[in-house]
Amino acid sequence: MLLFSGEEIVVELTRLGITHAVWIPDNCLGKWETALEASSHIELVRICREGEAWPLAAGLSIGGQTPIIIMQTTGLFESGDALRNILLDLNVPLVAIIGARNWLNTESRDSAKIYAEPILKAWGLDYRLIEFEEDKAELRGFLKNCLNNRRSGVILLAE
Amino acid sequence: MQHDNQCNARIPFRQALQTLVTARQDSDVIVTNQGSSRVWPLIENHCLDFHFNPSTMGGAISLALGIALAQPQRQVIVLSGDGSLLMNPGSLVSVIASRSQNLSVILLDNDLYDVTGGQKTAASDLDVRFDDIARSIGFSSVAAYRDAASWESSAGRFLQSTGPRFCWLKVDVALPDDMKNQQEAMGQQLTRIRNKLTK
Repeated sequence: MLLFSGEEIVVELTRLGITHAVWIPDNCLGKWETALEASSHIELVRICREGEAWPLAAGLSIGGQTPIIIMQTTGLFESGDALRNILLDLNVPLVAIIGARNWLNTESRDSAKIYAEPILKAWGLDYRLIEFEEDKAELRGFLKNCLNNRRSGVILLAE
Repeated sequence: MQHDNQCNARIPFRQALQTLVTARQDSDVIVTNQGSSRVWPLIENHCLDFHFNPSTMGGAISLALGIALAQPQRQVIVLSGDGSLLMNPGSLVSVIASRSQNLSVILLDNDLYDVTGGQKTAASDLDVRFDDIARSIGFSSVAAYRDAASWESSAGRFLQSTGPRFCWLKVDVALPDDMKNQQEAMGQQLTRIRNKLTK
């Protein structure tokens, strides 16, 4: 379950001026695929491994585009060194939506849920957790602030 | 063209890069990485060169693909080592999936992790056919060279062929003194190339 439908996320990303969505879907984020593919404003860039996302998005940014990275928390963990290199070594600011696996399952002891926030904090990444319907406006506000101020930021989107 | 793996000829590292320096067009973006990021600045200083170092290993092809997608009117040439490509072979699939046509991948294959002191890679004792891999993924133009004269006479034509392109070069290890070279600071590089690409 996700708080945003595909159509809603395309509207939000389009309003933010996002040009490319670099992604690997999970079973929740994957429901956005049809809407993202249909968008005439956002190009969907499919990759094979989450570690590709950060340098690829950096290349888009260096070339003057406005990408967003979309992946699950497991992909965040997998791509840690690429994230570290791009955001901290190169200091190329990027924004991302990270689907937080099992966040809405209160009984879950999924390690991907337990370590999501500690890992974001360990990398020093500014983030906003979007967990409830009333949080949804935060997506646009937070990402807009990041993009306007050339800062990296992550939306941690409860699944 | 395919390598004859029984042949031991290899292109001197600096000469492989010198050929590219000669063959590139003035508007081409060059992305170097690992060993090439240390040697390239010794022979070329161009406003569209980006030396991706420090880098996440295997990230250069992805970064170059991003620039290619952002700037479809420009040709982007990325130099990757074999150790780096082995860490991120899926990046070649992502190139084809993106339908980008303005990217050339130049694989500098010395069968070693050069920057860490010359240890073997997992593929060093295997007959991995990088050209066959690239061809099967769908690269439009694929070439392989292991002697300097053939590479020198073909590089210009290769870069003019239909993209995306993949070229497998069997190279010697870089000279130790060349590997000590430090490239321009990353912040300066980013400012320079961004200004050039987006103005």
